[in-house]
Amino acid sequence: MAITRGDIELAGITKTYDGRFMAVDGVNLKIPDGAYCCFLGPSGCGKTTILRMVAGHEDPTDGEILIGGQDVVGLTPAERRTAMMFQSYALFPHLTVRDNIAFALRVRGLDKAERHARADQMMEKVRLTELADRLPAQLSGGQQQRVALARAAITEPRVLLLDEPLSALDEQLRVQMRQELRRMQRELGITFIHVTHTQLEAIALADVVVVMEKGKIRQAGPARDVYAAPRDRYVAEFLGGQNVLSGQVTRVNGARATLAAPQLRGIEIPLRPGLVQGDRLDVAVRRDDIELVRPGSGPADPATTAVTTRVQAIEYQGAFVKVMLDPVGSDEFVAYVPERRFFTDPLDVGDVVLATWAIDRAHLLA
Amino acid sequence: MTRRGNLAGWLYVSPLVLVLVPFFVLPILVVLAASFMETDGFGGIIPTVTLANYAGVLTSKLTLDLYLATIKFTILTWAFSGIIGFWVAYFLVFHIRNPLIAIGLFLVCTVPFWTSNIIRMISWIPLLGKEGLVNSTLIGAGVVDQPLEFLLFSDFAVVVAYVHQLTIFMIVPIFNALARIDKRIVEAALDAGASRFDVLRLIVLPMAKNGIALGSIFVVSIVMGDFFVVKVMSGGGSASVVGAFYEDISVLQYPPAAASAIVLTLVLTLVVALILRSVDIRREITR
Repeated sequence: MAITRGDIELAGITKTYDGRFMAVDGVNLKIPDGAYCCFLGPSGCGKTTILRMVAGHEDPTDGEILIGGQDVVGLTPAERRTAMMFQSYALFPHLTVRDNIAFALRVRGLDKAERHARADQMMEKVRLTELADRLPAQLSGGQQQRVALARAAITEPRVLLLDEPLSALDEQLRVQMRQELRRMQRELGITFIHVTHTQLEAIALADVVVVMEKGKIRQAGPARDVYAAPRDRYVAEFLGGQNVLSGQVTRVNGARATLAAPQLRGIEIPLRPGLVQGDRLDVAVRRDDIELVRPGSGPADPATTAVTTRVQAIEYQGAFVKVMLDPVGSDEFVAYVPERRFFTDPLDVGDVVLATWAIDRAHLLA
Repeated sequence: MTRRGNLAGWLYVSPLVLVLVPFFVLPILVVLAASFMETDGFGGIIPTVTLANYAGVLTSKLTLDLYLATIKFTILTWAFSGIIGFWVAYFLVFHIRNPLIAIGLFLVCTVPFWTSNIIRMISWIPLLGKEGLVNSTLIGAGVVDQPLEFLLFSDFAVVVAYVHQLTIFMIVPIFNALARIDKRIVEAALDAGASRFDVLRLIVLPMAKNGIALGSIFVVSIVMGDFFVVKVMSGGGSASVVGAFYEDISVLQYPPAAASAIVLTLVLTLVVALILRSVDIRREITR
C-alpha cells in the first residue's frame, strides 16, 4: 500500500501538550498534489507543529492526516514518503557532502557504488559536484541549504517539508535560494510544504498560502487572494501592505455606506449584504491604492472617498515612496506613492494632504 | 610583538608556569637525572652518568611481563569502563527528556566519589570475599555450593575495582560530547529512514569519538600509572609496572626505579599520542 500521490488532507488535527497547551487546534486543510504550500504565521502559532506532524516526528492528539488518500498517523517518515528539510539544516557534521546526501540510501541498504552514483546525480542537479568531499562546516549557508535539499530529495519523496528553510541566510541569498526552491519544486513535481514567518517569502513562492494564528488557520488560499482580499484584520496586518481602519456604520445609502469613528470623520465604503447601520466594521485599503493630493486641488471624484491627514514621515524605497501619515486611532496609515509621481510634487513632513482612494477598492473585513 | 605585549603574555601564563615548573618539570628532571646515576646500595646515590639502569630495565624479562600484565588490566578496564560509560551517558542524554533530571542523575553518578578511593576499593572486600555478600547470596540461592574463589584477590577483582573507580572518567567526556549533538541531527537521520540502531552506529558513535578518546586518555594513564589497586585487590597475586618500581624504592634502589619511571612515562606519552592522532582533542575542548 505504497503512497504514490502527494496530496495532503488534514482533518481536525489537534495537538495539545501536557493536556493543556493547544499548539494546534482543529485544523482542516486540503493541499493538492504537486502544490507549493506555505504556512505563514508568527512563532508559536503552531505552523511548525503541523509540519512535524505531517513529517511523522510528532503525533497529533486528535484528527487524521491523509497523504495520497491514506491515513499516515503512526507511520514512519519513510513509510509516509515524506522528507523534511530542517531549520538550520541539521546536516551530519562528521559526514562529507556526498555521504550526507547518500545517508538515506545507506540506511536503506544500498551498496556503496550505487548510493554514490545516485548521490553524484543529485549533486549535479543542485550544483554541488565540486564540493562532494567537503564537510558541512566548510560550506557557506547557501551551499549547506543545497546539501539539505539534496539530502531530503534523494529518496524521491512525495512530499517535501521545509522548516524555515531560508531563515539562516542573509537577505540577498534568501531571494536567490527562494528561486532555487521554486525551481526544484517544479523539477521534482512534488508537494512542498514550507513554513515561514516572512510574508514576502510566502507570497512569492506559494500556490497556497495558509495564514495561522494561535493554532488555528485564519485564511488559506492562493497568494493573491490572501494578500489582496484578506479575510480579517489579523491576516491583513500580518500580510502587510494594507491600511486597516475600523469604525461604525453611521449611514447606509443605496450602494454605499458611511463608516465613522472618533478619529475618523466618515469615509464611504462599499456595501455588503446584511450590513446595517450601527455595525462595527474593519476595512482594509491597500497602501498602493491611496493617492495623496494637496487640499483644494480640484473637485473630488464622486467615486472616491478621502481622509484629511498630515505627513508624519517619508521613506524612500526605490520603486515607490512610503509616506507615513497621521495614524487613525491606533491604526497605522500609510501610502505607497509611485516614485515618479511622488517627485513631480514632493511632499514634506508636516504637509496637510488629502488621502483619497476609489471607494470600491476598500475591502470589508470579517 | 611589542615589549608591553610580551610582558602581558608572560603575565597571562605565569600562574600556570608557577604551578607547572616546581610541581611537574622539576620532579621530572630530578627523576631523569637520578635515572642516569648509580646507587651505593644503602639508599645513597653516586652522581655519575651511566646507562646501566636503563640496560637493566630494558633487558629484563620481568619488565616485559610487568608491561603485559599492566596492559592487560588497562585494556580490560578501558573496554568495560568505555562500554558502561557510553551507555550511561547515552541514556542520560537521549532517554531522559527533562534536562534537569538528566543533570541530577549525572550528579548521582559522582556520589561514589564523595568518599576516598581507598574506602571505595576496600568496600569491595566484604562484597566479593569468600564469605562475602555475593558468595553467600549465590550459595543461599543454590546457584553454587562452593564459594567462588575468583571473586576476590584475583585479576577479576582488580578489573572490578578499576572499572568502579574510572567509569566516571568515561561518563563525563562522553556525556559532554553527546550533549552537544543537536537533537535535530538525530531527527534528520530518523527522517531519512534510519533505525534507532543506525542512528547509534552512524551518527551518535562517530560524533562521540572525541569524548571517548578523552575518557580513554584518563583511564589508560590512570591504570598504567597505578599500583595500589593491583596490590590490594589481587592480594599480591598480580604485579604491575609501577608496583615493581615501588618495590625498588622500598629497598632504596632509587636510580633503577627512576629509570623504570622514565620508561613508563615515555610509553604512556606514546599511547596518549596515538589516541590524540585519531581525534582532534583540541577542537573538542575549545569548541
